Amino acid sequence: MSATTYREAVRMALRDALRRDQRVFLMGEDVGRYGGSYACSKGLLEEFGPERIRDTPLSESAFVGAGIGAALAGMRPIVEIMTVNFSLLALDQIVNNAATIRHMSGGQFGVPLVIRMATGAGRQVAAQHSHSLECWYAHIPGIRVVAPATIEDARGMLQTALDDPDPVVIFEHAMLYGMEGELADDAGAVDIDRAAVRRVGRDVTLIAFGANVHKALAAAQELERVRVGAEVIDLRSLRPLDDATILASVRKTRRAVVVDEAWRSGSLAAEISARIMEQAFYDLDAPVGRVCTEEVPIPYPKHLEEAALPQPAKIVVAVEALLGAHG
Amino acid sequence: MTGRKDKPHLDRNHAVFLLKEMMRIRRFEERCAELYGATKIRGFLHLYIGEEANAVGVMQALTPADAVVATYREHGHALARGISVRALMAEMYGKVEGTSRGRGGSMHVFDAATRFYGGNAIVAGGMPLAVGVALADKMRGAESVTACFFGDGAAAEGAFHESLNLAALWNLPVLFICENNRYAMGTAIERAQAQTDLVKHAEGYAIPGETVDGMDVVAVEVAARRAVATVRQAGRPYFLENQTYRFRAHSMYDPELYRSKAEVEEWKKKDPITHLANRLESAGFLHRDDLPRLAAEIEAEVEDGVAYAEAGRWEPVEDLGKDVVAPRGAGRAGVAA
Repeated sequence: MSATTYREAVRMALRDALRRDQRVFLMGEDVGRYGGSYACSKGLLEEFGPERIRDTPLSESAFVGAGIGAALAGMRPIVEIMTVNFSLLALDQIVNNAATIRHMSGGQFGVPLVIRMATGAGRQVAAQHSHSLECWYAHIPGIRVVAPATIEDARGMLQTALDDPDPVVIFEHAMLYGMEGELADDAGAVDIDRAAVRRVGRDVTLIAFGANVHKALAAAQELERVRVGAEVIDLRSLRPLDDATILASVRKTRRAVVVDEAWRSGSLAAEISARIMEQAFYDLDAPVGRVCTEEVPIPYPKHLEEAALPQPAKIVVAVEALLGAHG
Repeated sequence: MTGRKDKPHLDRNHAVFLLKEMMRIRRFEERCAELYGATKIRGFLHLYIGEEANAVGVMQALTPADAVVATYREHGHALARGISVRALMAEMYGKVEGTSRGRGGSMHVFDAATRFYGGNAIVAGGMPLAVGVALADKMRGAESVTACFFGDGAAAEGAFHESLNLAALWNLPVLFICENNRYAMGTAIERAQAQTDLVKHAEGYAIPGETVDGMDVVAVEVAARRAVATVRQAGRPYFLENQTYRFRAHSMYDPELYRSKAEVEEWKKKDPITHLANRLESAGFLHRDDLPRLAAEIEAEVEDGVAYAEAGRWEPVEDLGKDVVAPRGAGRAGVAA
């Protein structure tokens, strides 16, 4: 085991992928000379050269579309969109081309493209730089969506995504890049299909993804003090959703709270809640709870931003409400 | 434009071939219009009638290793690229025997064998994709050219400008062909573009370009051969603005309130098929029996395509979810969505 960071794990994964397969190349805004907006690709230009580490103009539609075209024609591009906020400028290419071409071409063409982007709030960068729009992408058939919450997944999901014959969108929460932890020296590819149980408990299931897994874990520690055992599920894959892992946990604990940094309306939290209702309604002791972002644009001042976002204390309150009402 | 190698092969056989290609596309689409009326073909149907010289002329300059990205008005490009009447007609019907197993219909013709990367129903949506295909070819050391077709309407989209810039910045072998038929659906180019000389847009991105008479298949072929040679040799993009006109409505739903009948009639005088036929007759290349013979051969081929489509199969409903993503191993079977 070695001490490392989430950012360094992403970089290791990129370096490994570039060494492993000549068809792999990285392109995006400031991924080369600048080293990546979040420093994930620092040093890669020097090692792999400008053909394979491509700085692009600020043309999200063109370089995401070019990634789709290059994937169609046999390459294995990794496209970095600086943040999910800017990915809106490439939505047409992702939704109308990447997601449709396999089906629309009768299976003749696939788009083995990986798109990485930072997501999420928490750094006081205000409304236009704090979106959590994972659910928009998870809505679309034809693409896979994953959210590495741990250093191990940051290291391992990229290779599996590259091996996938279809487009995969990887969401890296901006608050996680600095996270420190241990990584096995032989860490490598991990599956991108299954949710993971990050903490075992018997009284309630907390379901989260990305940085909010850690908020759920913090809430679980708080709940332990009052002798409530919270199980924490890290979704990992947002499309497809791993219903089996979610349902197995909920059937055991009989209560669930979904933690989602998106706005509640039309969120993944809504989708997961519906699936639990559809498939485990009679196993529940209480309605499914949700802790989502308040339905406001994310404000700049720290106290207001914190008030807008899911927090461990809010999760604890939501769990206590479930237990209080029906315990 | 004078190098001897740039000259089209205007021997009789090639000239008659060009004529027949255009006539074939014309008849195919006229038949499609009839079949649309008979509700055999549904959805959107955008006819290329009047613009045939562009696809036919440009395709003469491409090799099988080159790639094509087209638009939602792409029946002509598909046929001229070598996709069979049978497969295309079956696609129009939505049958399994179609180019895209019937999934795409008129606007989404794909064919891996001829490197035909669609049919794209978002205006300018294929342009970034074409840049990427060219990027892949270049990175793999192939000497292929990607021919990217789009209309004048695309020139108003951001993707057009982003794509031109990226192709020029990265020296990518893309031949951009703007089929300027003067209308973005119902909006005349003068009402949509501050700069109606579209070649100037290319020049703004340091891409050389020229305006071509898109009603003259020989002129298009000459320009395309020269342009493709330039792209292949210099490894840089080139821009053709082919001035053309569609004789039919934008789609089958269009009442054509935005242009006068007189204007349409004026352009019909430049019909690329009549134009070439007359030229060949004056040159003594076309014999008296040739036109009826060509028409009969084409009629037989199109009717064979219709019969093939009629006899085709509907995709079983159980296959609805097939190819949304690639087939998974057993481990992924339980997590389809």
